[in-house]
Amino acid sequence: MALSVKHDLKKIQKVIALSPAAGESLIMILQDIQREFHYLPKESLAEVAGYLDIPLSKVYGAATFYKSLSLTPRGENIIRVCKGTACHIKGADLILEQLHSGLKIRPGETTPDMKYTVEVVNCVGACAMAPVMIVNDKYFGNVKCSRAMRIAEKG
Amino acid sequence: MFLDSIDKLSAWQKDCRKKSEAHKVKVQICLGPGCLAAGADLILKEFEKVFKKHKIKDVPLESIKKTGCHGFCSRGPLVVIEPKGIFYGKVKAADVAEIVEKTLINGEIVERLLYTDPDNNKTYTDWKEIPFYARQTRISLRNVGQIDPDNIEDYIARGGYAALAKVLKSMTSSQVIDEVTKSGLRGRGGAGFSTGKKWATAAKAEDTPHYVICNGDEGDPGAFMDRCIMEGDPHSVLEGMIICAFAVGSQQGFIYVREEYPLAVVNLQKAIEIAREHGLLGENIMGSGLSFDIKISRGGGAFVCGESSALMRSVAGEIGEPRAKYIRSVLKGLYDKPTVLNNVETFATIPVIMDKGAAWFSAIGTKRSTGTKAFSLAGKVRNTGLIEVPMGTSLREIIYDIGGGILDNRKFKAVQTGGPSGGCLPENKLDLPVDFDTLTENGSMMGSGGMIVMDDRTCMVDVARYFLNFLVEESCGKCVPCREGLFQLHKLCEKVCAGKAFEEDLKLMEDLSRVIVTASLCGLGQSGPNPFLSTIMYFREEYLAHIKDKKCPGGVCRDLISYVINDDCNGCMACLRVCPVNAISGSKKQKHVIDQVLCDRCGSCYAVCNFEAIDIV
Repeated sequence: MALSVKHDLKKIQKVIALSPAAGESLIMILQDIQREFHYLPKESLAEVAGYLDIPLSKVYGAATFYKSLSLTPRGENIIRVCKGTACHIKGADLILEQLHSGLKIRPGETTPDMKYTVEVVNCVGACAMAPVMIVNDKYFGNVKCSRAMRIAEKG
Repeated sequence: MFLDSIDKLSAWQKDCRKKSEAHKVKVQICLGPGCLAAGADLILKEFEKVFKKHKIKDVPLESIKKTGCHGFCSRGPLVVIEPKGIFYGKVKAADVAEIVEKTLINGEIVERLLYTDPDNNKTYTDWKEIPFYARQTRISLRNVGQIDPDNIEDYIARGGYAALAKVLKSMTSSQVIDEVTKSGLRGRGGAGFSTGKKWATAAKAEDTPHYVICNGDEGDPGAFMDRCIMEGDPHSVLEGMIICAFAVGSQQGFIYVREEYPLAVVNLQKAIEIAREHGLLGENIMGSGLSFDIKISRGGGAFVCGESSALMRSVAGEIGEPRAKYIRSVLKGLYDKPTVLNNVETFATIPVIMDKGAAWFSAIGTKRSTGTKAFSLAGKVRNTGLIEVPMGTSLREIIYDIGGGILDNRKFKAVQTGGPSGGCLPENKLDLPVDFDTLTENGSMMGSGGMIVMDDRTCMVDVARYFLNFLVEESCGKCVPCREGLFQLHKLCEKVCAGKAFEEDLKLMEDLSRVIVTASLCGLGQSGPNPFLSTIMYFREEYLAHIKDKKCPGGVCRDLISYVINDDCNGCMACLRVCPVNAISGSKKQKHVIDQVLCDRCGSCYAVCNFEAIDIV
């Protein structure tokens, strides 16, 4: 199972070393690791604690407090559905229904083949084009629910 | 050019202007978030391809300008050709060759890409004349959509850093603070605290060092003004921060940007580096003796980090939990040192105030809310996008004159301002002037500037439930009234939506709200019940319809509605294909039927039907 994947410690250390070893770097280091691995591998948390010379509990605290950080592995393709106010009243839920019917996963879940993760984000600031979905950082505006699965698959 | 003295700026400005005037024709391609979501990146690529293939007389490749958000997002992707201001909307990659041939080579207009007002069929060529733009006054957004954010020369040519030069050359720090105070500028992040007063307090604080932080967390769903400024005009934010640093005696600044805005981080970082290269940041700025530098701090996607004390903890790499503010953060802020925290839009406004003077600024807007305010206009309104209007402009002017009225000619129901801490205002409040105090008096608030228009197909109880759900998720959990109170309030709201509530529950919800407002630690909890309080104030009958009649007037709450196909159905199969639970049966050109047992009332069929063949009952 993906959870037990061992990650190359050197690669983790390389990402960590991008930021100075000061307490204020904590959140940014975690974000950099997440960008590299799509989530925070267990072994990376101890590395960060060692690098910044802070308790592991503090690293864990930050990793669970901030919404953009994830401790569970995520799929190759991250599909994010915006649930800002404008997207909500313009039918963001319908997009989620379509993704559920097509991929059989709910927000926060990953398909068993690790290909797709569906997430809900609070607002991505593209409200004028609501509803918005984002596939691997590419934005799609005015998404009709009938097109949601096609966008998710083709990106 | 490296500026080792203040006087060199004007020579550089002349150079930049000359350069900018050398290419008369500019093809501005909007790469704001709205246009990108509509495929603007493809348009840019296509232009570059065509330009490389055909050499066009007087229009070299450099004439293509990648700008930030131009504003009129619902017409995106936008291409604006200056100096005539020819405004092309909904441009497709296939249109690019025609634009190049007709407009850039032959000087003709591609009529079909112009904006036509649907009310009177009038077609506009120049964007400045389109009602959406003509009724705006752009101060904080003055350069957004007009310049290439990566090119400091564009900013300099439009008068950038001249205000800083003026301040450094001829003003003392107390004169700067006086000017800001006199301008009446109030914090654009939502609370509306006097910027001048804040600066004065920080300047007087004895403890050192002093910090300047720019709040670019913009966590309110439905707001994207700050994003557009950070992405489209980063130097104006830097200039405002440097002026602030001069006024309050700071050497280190931070910009806190939320993780969801990666392009803002990139553009700000580039701008900081470029400013350093030109001697506008770092040691001895423009030879004036002022030293100030800026670091970017990326947020982690927590709404509560927009709150000052939580934000400062997050900048320091801690968990973003707020603290009780017996001592204000302006005195004990980041690392317990005096800290000025202002919003992106506030900083972007500062250079203009310094340049044109407090009297000029305070003449705009109303007496107690001076100047202009940027809003992101979104929701069920025809023209969505980024706008800026003088304070005191009525909601009606914004929604109907600039926004063009309600989408699909439906009926207006409410306008939501102020994000999760704000409220919903009904039709009889449309003539209210938009300013800090009026909105608060009427149960909503200015907030950072999200403005979401709702039509009769929106359920106000569902809107309250939506915001409460948001706040329950975003509550940091430190204090009980917010953590538990909002949770229970949300549960009660869900009970109303499910048609299972009693009238007494409304009383309970109101009582609970009072406790949360009174006893919560920070602004998140103190304003948390607002979505409920403002909807119950103006839309009580809608709550009662859910409770007594077991009906959802907006046709949204799933437990209280069902979808039925009427005789207008022509059997196109669109709904049948989209139904996620396969509850619709029927064959081509035959009227379809919804199996009410299987149907989970998501409304997908209603959303895709083009023939109004689905009724909500």
